[in-house]
Amino acid sequence: MKVWILVGVMVGSTVIGDLLQSFEMKRHGEIHDFGPRSLGRLLTTLARKKFLILAIFFMAVSFFAFMTLLETADLSFAVPVSAATLVFETILARVILKERVDVRRWLGAGLVACGVWLLAL
Amino acid sequence: MDRAASLRWKTRVFALIVILSNPLGGYWLDRGMRGRTTASAVDYLEAIFSPWVMLGILVLILWLVARMALLSWADLSYVLPVTSLGYVITAAVGHFLLNEQVTAQRWAGTLFIVAGTILVGLGTPHSGSES
Repeated sequence: MKVWILVGVMVGSTVIGDLLQSFEMKRHGEIHDFGPRSLGRLLTTLARKKFLILAIFFMAVSFFAFMTLLETADLSFAVPVSAATLVFETILARVILKERVDVRRWLGAGLVACGVWLLAL
Repeated sequence: MDRAASLRWKTRVFALIVILSNPLGGYWLDRGMRGRTTASAVDYLEAIFSPWVMLGILVLILWLVARMALLSWADLSYVLPVTSLGYVITAAVGHFLLNEQVTAQRWAGTLFIVAGTILVGLGTPHSGSES
């Protein structure tokens, strides 16, 4: 039971964290320059974005749930089961972020969902 | 190299870093966490500062930064399925390096994930949003 509570916390907080992260990074725009000085400036700018800070909080919650899960569960269970986030995220990416999700991607996400279900059995 | 080709290469390199760093970080984290019991903040701090867990965390930070950069130009609905290939590598790491009992059902699940990943990967890296 404890394992599934931890999986629930991990999946739920990852979904929220990913949506917030994607929303804020899209608002920031594409990163072109990967020089050390530019990356430094980028990190300073990103550190002020409130949705990104919130996203990092949810990612931290997810990470601690993952760490605790690894005390007892197999890595080959704990990591793939977290792919359950993908199904929720594809739906929410379409609904909230208004991304274009074509049939091929829906089908792919569906197959991944079946895979996660099998891994969880 | 034109902009489209450059974007394709940038996307491939970052996707590869994201795909590989997740199972590696998970492997070291698992080595450090296995058999521990974390009941308090002190237990978590003790675990975080142990060598294997620390190494795992550093590699997972690399994964996080690479993924954030990738998300700045590619759609979430593209990035997540493509990089989910890391889940497959993790199952293999569990089986071969951590001696976990990966059942036939888990391997079947892994194949479904591979199939889904390939299907999604056939799409373009940047579809843009509708708005």
